[in-house]
Amino acid sequence: MDEILRVEGISKTFTLSKKQQKIERTTLRKKVAVDNLSFTANRGEIFGLLGPNGAGKTTTLRILATLIKPDTGDAVLDGYSVVNEEEEVRSRIAFLTSELKLEDFFTPNYLFDFFARLHGVPEAEAAERKRTLFERFGIDKFAEVKVKNLSTGMKQKASIVISLAHNPDIIIFDEPTNGLDVLTARSVTDFLAEMRQQGKTIILSTHIFSLVEKLCDRVGIIIDGRMTHCDTLDAIRDGLSLEDRFFEIYKTVKGGEE
Amino acid sequence: MRNQSNVWTIVRKEFARFFGDRSLLFTTVIMPGLLIYIVYLQMGENIGKSHQDDNEDTTTVYVDNLPESLRGDFDSIPFQLVTEGFNAVALIGDSLADKERSLIYVNFPPHFDSLITAYDPMGGEAAPNVKIYHNSNSDNSELAYQTVKLYLEDWENSRSNMFDINAESPDAEETFDMADKDDSLGEILGQLFPMLLMMLLFSGCMAVAPTAIAGEKERGTIATLLVTPMRRSELAIGKILSLSTFAMLSGLSSFLGIILSLPRMLKGDGVDIDIAIPYTTGDYLLILCVLISTVLVLVSCISILSALAKDVKSAGTMVLPLMLVVMFVGFTPMLGGDAPEALTAYLVPFYNSVQSMASIFSFDLKPAAVGITVAANIAYTAIAVFVLTRMFNSEKVMFGK
Ligand SMILES: Nc1ncnc2c1ncn2[C@@H]1O[C@H](COP(=O)(O)OP(=O)(O)OP(=O)(O)O)[C@@H](O)[C@H]1O
Ligand SMILES: [Mg+2]
Repeated sequence: MDEILRVEGISKTFTLSKKQQKIERTTLRKKVAVDNLSFTANRGEIFGLLGPNGAGKTTTLRILATLIKPDTGDAVLDGYSVVNEEEEVRSRIAFLTSELKLEDFFTPNYLFDFFARLHGVPEAEAAERKRTLFERFGIDKFAEVKVKNLSTGMKQKASIVISLAHNPDIIIFDEPTNGLDVLTARSVTDFLAEMRQQGKTIILSTHIFSLVEKLCDRVGIIIDGRMTHCDTLDAIRDGLSLEDRFFEIYKTVKGGEE
Repeated sequence: MRNQSNVWTIVRKEFARFFGDRSLLFTTVIMPGLLIYIVYLQMGENIGKSHQDDNEDTTTVYVDNLPESLRGDFDSIPFQLVTEGFNAVALIGDSLADKERSLIYVNFPPHFDSLITAYDPMGGEAAPNVKIYHNSNSDNSELAYQTVKLYLEDWENSRSNMFDINAESPDAEETFDMADKDDSLGEILGQLFPMLLMMLLFSGCMAVAPTAIAGEKERGTIATLLVTPMRRSELAIGKILSLSTFAMLSGLSSFLGIILSLPRMLKGDGVDIDIAIPYTTGDYLLILCVLISTVLVLVSCISILSALAKDVKSAGTMVLPLMLVVMFVGFTPMLGGDAPEALTAYLVPFYNSVQSMASIFSFDLKPAAVGITVAANIAYTAIAVFVLTRMFNSEKVMFGK
């Protein structure tokens, strides 16, 4: 197996503001979002981070995408450190999360060219890729419509296509089907499977069991910022449905605390 | 090489955004200038109109003992002149008290001409006195009063000049006068324009910088840029360059509105100033250099504050103190005194721009000072790029909640 991602003991602690303390219903000033997390992912597989709300999935993915830095630990993506070689990492990944938005004023067509240029993609190559991707996602129909006038599903598709402008090897996808109707969700999962076929590595996060069962080759279960289990889907399931197995794990972890 | 092209990519996108958005373009560039032009023009026209109204129901100037030497002058005043056949007591008592009536009454002492000729300023006697009765509650009466007073003062000056021993040749006097006029015009413009320009540039910056930085942060579009391999410094430079261009356009549009409406407005005011503003192309180029360097510093400061702010609204609040500082500094030329001699004073941001502009507008150009101002401002912009780069790199600043 060709290892493309190695996460080594990353931790991330946030200092909470007064307002956040209220939301989290805590008097603690610090929140450990990710706690000494390690895992690996192999080239060409879909790796799923599964965990409940607030488990630290998004935080982990943001660290991998170099938007934030871990307090300790490091992750090596395709041989490059997310701590010290951010630019190399950034040119090899696509990062998709609801936090990253496209500018309302522009059209998918303009934004694709814009991001291709920022990634230094040669013009002809970018044009060819745009043609294929726009066709594949049916974006041709709204390529010249400003982002602000697109529906949620169209926006999600546009985001995906634009994030692929530089043909990255690794796709980091936070909650791929959140907020999408069944049709759009289906086209997104189909697309992820297709990307795997093309040899790309996909790291996704979700709290939806069916998505993991349908797509993922390997799974990491995150609870309270810690990776409690990390294995192939079948090994994790251990003969049960993923849902039942998850609650078993959850009970042991939480039960041990009390 | 790659550096350059990424900055260019950002600038191109910002330009496409700005010039592609008609309403943004209209509200930031076209409207301010147009609004100022129309408002000022309207003001000028109104003033002109009220003067015309005055002239229609003519003001009467009653004069007792009009001296021969002044007859010519009084014949040419734009009011109706009455020199005999009226009752002075009734005029002072009733007619003048009524502010609806437009008149003044001028009383010269009898034999004014010989009195003047005989008058010895060193003799200790009181000078001959001309009494002008008027009603300052009536616009027309007041206007006639001011006009006649001006005529008389003028005449008085010309009389004493007649007795000047070493009178200069008329030609020399005229050139001297011209210089004098320039100087006072220069002084006014030197006090007014720097403040005006600073405020216009500031509002230009405020119209574009917070939305382009705090706004992008608020909407989550800047984060999308931050996951590309583009350097943060390229983003900082691209933003500052394009925002400075927009702010400059906005500021210049307002300024153009003022310049274009100024002659019409002053004409409407009945003031006959020669508005051919006497600056050379060199002056204008220097002003432009100072303005560009100033806009860079302003945009830098507002961008940094906007990057700290969590949304456009709080950016507006955070910029307020800066606005007060810039306004105050803009007023410094009005506090009197010439631009400072010490060149180190031109290292102080904003103050240097204001004083440099003041010195150029008042024909008191100090090339070294202007040079230092521009150089210092560019240096500050470079520092700001560095700071902004650090901020784009900081997850606390960009993603702190
Ligand atoms: N910038 C921040 N400041 C303070 N606390 C934060 C910040 N980001 C995340 N957290 C906290 O860290 C914890 C983990 O958050 P994270 O978003 O990673 O969870 P998640 O697994 O993605 O949850 P969800 O399923 O709800 O998206 C949460 O308790 C969250 O409130
Ligand atoms: Mg999340």
